[in-house]
Amino acid sequence: MEKDVHLIEIVDVGKDYTSGGTTVSAVKEMNFYIDDGEFVSIMGQSGAGKSTLLAILGGLNHPTRGKVLVDTLDLYSLSSEQRADFRSEYIGFIFQSFQLVPYLTVKENVKLPMAITGIKTSKQEKAADSVLERVGLADKAGRLPDQISGGEQERVAIARAIVNEPPILLADEPTGNLDTDTAGQVVSLLEELNKDGQTIIMVTHNPELCQHTSRTIQVQDGICLVN
Amino acid sequence: MKLYNISFNNLRRRKGKMVFLISGLLIGIAVIVTLMSIIDSMSRDIEERLDRFGANIVMTPKNENLSLSYGGITVGGVNYRTVEFDESRMADIRKIKNSKNLGIVAPKILGPWKIEDKNVLLMGTDLENEILLKTWWQFSGALPEKKNNLIIGSEAAKAFHFNIGDKIELGQKEFVVSTILKPTGGAEDGIIIGDLHEIQGVLGKEGKISLVEISAFCRGCPISEMTMQIAEKFPDARVTALKQAVMAKMQSIEMIKSFSYGIAILIIFIGSLLVFVTMMGSVNERTREIGIFRAIGFRRGHVMQIILLEALLVGLVGGLLGFLIGNGLAWTAIPFVIKDGTFAGMDMSLGGVSILLAVSLSLLASLYPALKASRLDPSRALRAL
Repeated sequence: MEKDVHLIEIVDVGKDYTSGGTTVSAVKEMNFYIDDGEFVSIMGQSGAGKSTLLAILGGLNHPTRGKVLVDTLDLYSLSSEQRADFRSEYIGFIFQSFQLVPYLTVKENVKLPMAITGIKTSKQEKAADSVLERVGLADKAGRLPDQISGGEQERVAIARAIVNEPPILLADEPTGNLDTDTAGQVVSLLEELNKDGQTIIMVTHNPELCQHTSRTIQVQDGICLVN
Repeated sequence: MKLYNISFNNLRRRKGKMVFLISGLLIGIAVIVTLMSIIDSMSRDIEERLDRFGANIVMTPKNENLSLSYGGITVGGVNYRTVEFDESRMADIRKIKNSKNLGIVAPKILGPWKIEDKNVLLMGTDLENEILLKTWWQFSGALPEKKNNLIIGSEAAKAFHFNIGDKIELGQKEFVVSTILKPTGGAEDGIIIGDLHEIQGVLGKEGKISLVEISAFCRGCPISEMTMQIAEKFPDARVTALKQAVMAKMQSIEMIKSFSYGIAILIIFIGSLLVFVTMMGSVNERTREIGIFRAIGFRRGHVMQIILLEALLVGLVGGLLGFLIGNGLAWTAIPFVIKDGTFAGMDMSLGGVSILLAVSLSLLASLYPALKASRLDPSRALRAL
């Protein structure tokens, strides 16, 4: 029988941190997979290791052990610079506290991932306009991040994450800093993107958000409880 | 969107931070430029004062005999013939290649005269130039104003009991003692000095010159070359550089320059530290941004490019403004620091060095933190959020 090929495969992954001679395992041992087009939530309490796991999935944090396979490519067999190229091409990050560059306008923040791709300025403009339209911020393109609301900043972060059309979207507590209404709008936007075929992995500690995803991976004390 | 847009926008939109960064550089560079300009004007001023302090080239007619005087005692020599220059040829001195280095050219006529059966040496010269050349002279009485005014050396005044206002007959002409020199310890103590053409007339040597004292400006002047150039124009002359005078001038200037450079190095060091700390702090506080850049796929080289381009721009602006402000400060300060001093003008090579220094410091100060930041594990940088 032919083995199934998954978009992402986590094999025996663990991450230890050593501080002052003491070693703590943020991720003890995890095994799971994510298929193309899925909307997966990784749920757990604070300190469960979910953000560490997301950083490992995004090629940002080298695991102490195990493998991360993306399209069968062993992510951590790549050099740091190759992983940067991988992130540019494959991953879109949505951070908990938006992480917009404060001195760039909304549109410039959205265009930021394209600054290193060699895409022509005119194409960049079109792509940025298109995603800003999609997240409903076309009229605020010229504003600086501190001139728009938290919900709008989160939508800019989403626009920036999808502008390069990466196959994988990683979201770290995307509604963590938002009120219920705004959080709902952001989740709806993510659902829409998923309906269009976007693979999304979302870290959250809110069980209600998991209802919007197709699958939940529950994490506790650095291990997967339910997959 | 290109990488340089990120750098430009950072500098453009974070004006307060940019002003702070540029100010750090600007203060350092302005202080250096001010100091260097003041030092330059000061050394020029000292050099000019020293140049005025006596002659450093003497031109005499070639004489086959050696001098028969030593330690102020002359035993008398026999000149087979007295050789003198024609006054009309004096203009040729100013035609040498290094003529711009020529200061005062003071031709003189010398000759013995008898007053009350005592021998005395008469010297005719351009009195105005002579007074400028002999800055150490101190006088009693007024400076000579008329052609028939005389300056009497202190010993000569004693010997002949001359007083200011006395009338003396030399040849058939009447002269007035306008000035009596205070003792100098030099040859002028025993002589009578008058207007060149008047004394030529008295001695019956119209249009003749016995010797020429020349003051050459030594800023970049090759004094030995100048003596050769004059000697070429006057093959019948013996042109001698007064090396002691030249060396003393050069040594004084070198001492001032060494001191100034010492201070400048100290200022550059302090200025560099200021710039270094400012730039380091600026890059260090951008860890968060660098984390974002790295997370969205920027390579280390991209991060370095952004930071170093900013440093380059800050360095350029800081260096240029520092140079202009430094010159402005020097222009304002020089009249207070140097008596009768004037600003020597903007030194464009100092401008180039200032901008280069500012850019180098800015780049150097940013390089280490930029390298450190670009090597930072992106997940760690993001944890600092």
